[in-house]
Amino acid sequence: MTADLNSYLFVGAVLFVCGVVCMATKRNGIGVLMGVELVLNGANVNFVAFARYTDLGLDGQVFSLFVIVLAAAEAAVALAIALNFYNNHLTIDVDRANKLKG
Amino acid sequence: MNGESFLFTVFALATCLGAIAVVFSQTVVRMAFWLVISLGSTAALFFLAKADFVGAAQLLIYVGGTLVLLVFGVMLTASGPYLKIITSPGEIIMGSCVGLLFLFVVFASLDGVKWREPSVAAMATGNPVVATGNTLRPIGLSFLGSRPDQDLISDGDDLTPGYLLPFEIVSVHLLVVLIGAAYLARAKRRPVGSG
Amino acid sequence: MMFAAQSIADFFQGFGGWQYVIAAVIHAVLLVHVFAVSPFAFIWLERKVSGRIQDRLGPTRVGGLFGWLQSLADGIKLVQKEDLCPTAADSMLFRSAPYIVCVSSFAAFMVLPFSHGWVAVAADCGLFIILAILSLEVFGIIMAGYSSGSKWSLFGGMREAAQMVSYEIPLAICALVPVIAAGSLNLGEVGGMQRGWFTNWFLFHDPFTFIAFFVYFVVATASCKRAPFDLAEAESELVGGFHTEYSGMRWSFFFMGEYASMFAVCAIASVLFLGGWNTGLAPIDDALYAARHASLDGTSSAAAMGYLANVIGAGVFAAKASFGVFVQVWLRWTLPRLRIDQVMTTCLKYLVPISCFLFLGATLWPLILVTGMGRTTWTSPIGDRAAEGLQETRDGSAEVSAVTVPSIEIGLLVPAASSLDLEGDVQ
Repeated sequence: MTADLNSYLFVGAVLFVCGVVCMATKRNGIGVLMGVELVLNGANVNFVAFARYTDLGLDGQVFSLFVIVLAAAEAAVALAIALNFYNNHLTIDVDRANKLKG
Repeated sequence: MNGESFLFTVFALATCLGAIAVVFSQTVVRMAFWLVISLGSTAALFFLAKADFVGAAQLLIYVGGTLVLLVFGVMLTASGPYLKIITSPGEIIMGSCVGLLFLFVVFASLDGVKWREPSVAAMATGNPVVATGNTLRPIGLSFLGSRPDQDLISDGDDLTPGYLLPFEIVSVHLLVVLIGAAYLARAKRRPVGSG
Repeated sequence: MMFAAQSIADFFQGFGGWQYVIAAVIHAVLLVHVFAVSPFAFIWLERKVSGRIQDRLGPTRVGGLFGWLQSLADGIKLVQKEDLCPTAADSMLFRSAPYIVCVSSFAAFMVLPFSHGWVAVAADCGLFIILAILSLEVFGIIMAGYSSGSKWSLFGGMREAAQMVSYEIPLAICALVPVIAAGSLNLGEVGGMQRGWFTNWFLFHDPFTFIAFFVYFVVATASCKRAPFDLAEAESELVGGFHTEYSGMRWSFFFMGEYASMFAVCAIASVLFLGGWNTGLAPIDDALYAARHASLDGTSSAAAMGYLANVIGAGVFAAKASFGVFVQVWLRWTLPRLRIDQVMTTCLKYLVPISCFLFLGATLWPLILVTGMGRTTWTSPIGDRAAEGLQETRDGSAEVSAVTVPSIEIGLLVPAASSLDLEGDVQ
């Protein structure tokens, strides 16, 4: 495996798919959140790889910085929601969040 | 195999295996552990891709900040030791099959892409500013609205705009998130059974 | 490590291309051993100092007069102990947690400059990287606390998580105060700018950096979870906190990690505030500087002199950092432990606002001086020192003076150029 653009993109793809599967199968709310982090990291790997191996320049790196910052913000809010959910339902199982189901 | 490829292989394997282990672990703290391995190796990949600042930000914000926050959340929401909310094996198998198919589609399309010619030429050297790896100052300047990496390699007189406005928006956004999260997470536990 | 590698490489000219590899391996092995031995020295220091403070003698028997081999004896004892894993523990996490702590503390040494050019990774954002790596340590401790399957450990882990997440903020802000004065995050450059008399140290750069040093030291003590902030272990309440269930070598890994990170934060303090490898006495510093310069001529005697100058620099650096560790030990044995709510109050209600104020003040200080005195610093201008350091880094030719640096040409890419421009305009 040599370090070129496609190798980075493959790693990004694996991270992305793992994140999607994680989001789809986990029933723990915080587990779902970890899936989101994996997906965002997959995107980040792609951004950084394109910054390195094409003539895009810094765009990719700056974008991945924004992604990291927004992911931190997203984690904080999602965690606050999870805590609220736990306070109301005494569980973090997302399958139990079915109050609005008709 | 040169040194960079060797390191890349090691860290790429750690990243991918960590991510796969996250999917298949059942206790949430083990998931967090594998996530640390995966994201830490991703940071190492960033260092390899000459993005020092992004790699350090990844370590500081993701691994040192966000994941600690997540584990903190796990501790606050665990109703017993080693909280396990088991996904049924059927769902895991179905999820992995769909995931494998999806991965196959992504890999196949990646393999089929023909990158446009200038990019292929640039792949060997890359952007002169980015290729040094010391992107700290160019990134800082781009947040202030000037783009040395683009302006130095372009022939024309036009200056490339930077990222001043998104930077300001993100900082305001972070402040809003801080206040919002603090508001949402206030302790107001309802009596047991009413939820 | 560049100069070091060159001067050793001179001895290996005949190996054709491999001399750099050999030189690098020699230095890497040396560096690893310095890290491995330094915790032993600091553990001995801790026992000696605590003994003296409590009116005892401390270790006296093992290894002669001062008991200086005591740590080795302790180490041998720990290796022999049984490697226990409680049945209630999550064994995989329990076994791997000490490695995370140890590796993250020791990896921080990677970007520490021990002398001019003596750094394994000379990254432009070195300070940022070192803070990032040090922040990983907390994860291992939370892991250890959570996976032990013990209530004491869980409490310790929770406290550590809360404490570290809060104390990282003032730590980073205080570390940024001298960075504002320097205009660079590269630890090697920041150290090089403080050459000359000790008034050039960033500690004396302006009142804000002076206060920031003490705030930084308090916060750094807390971030290494040293007493009076050692709530995560708190022997008297939590029976050892996060490491209650550990024994033998795994337990000692936590301690090696703790002492390594103490050294690392004190080393950061010494680079940022206390002049790094500079002695603080202008004649000696100038002589060492000249020796380093002369070593670039290529003759082997000059190279040896330059190497010697760097060894002296590394010694000065290690002495400063070790003094910081000594002060931390001193604090540990003289101050009582705080309560957890007091620790959090200290951080969130006092240290964070103070550090934000210092940060703001440090950004406004040049403006105040410009309007009041018509210059940007009250010590000798950093711009000149930065330019000299820059020359030294860039091409090493001895006779170029600071004036000839074309600041426009390098203005966008090269460190400290912005402060250069500012100095030029004002004077």
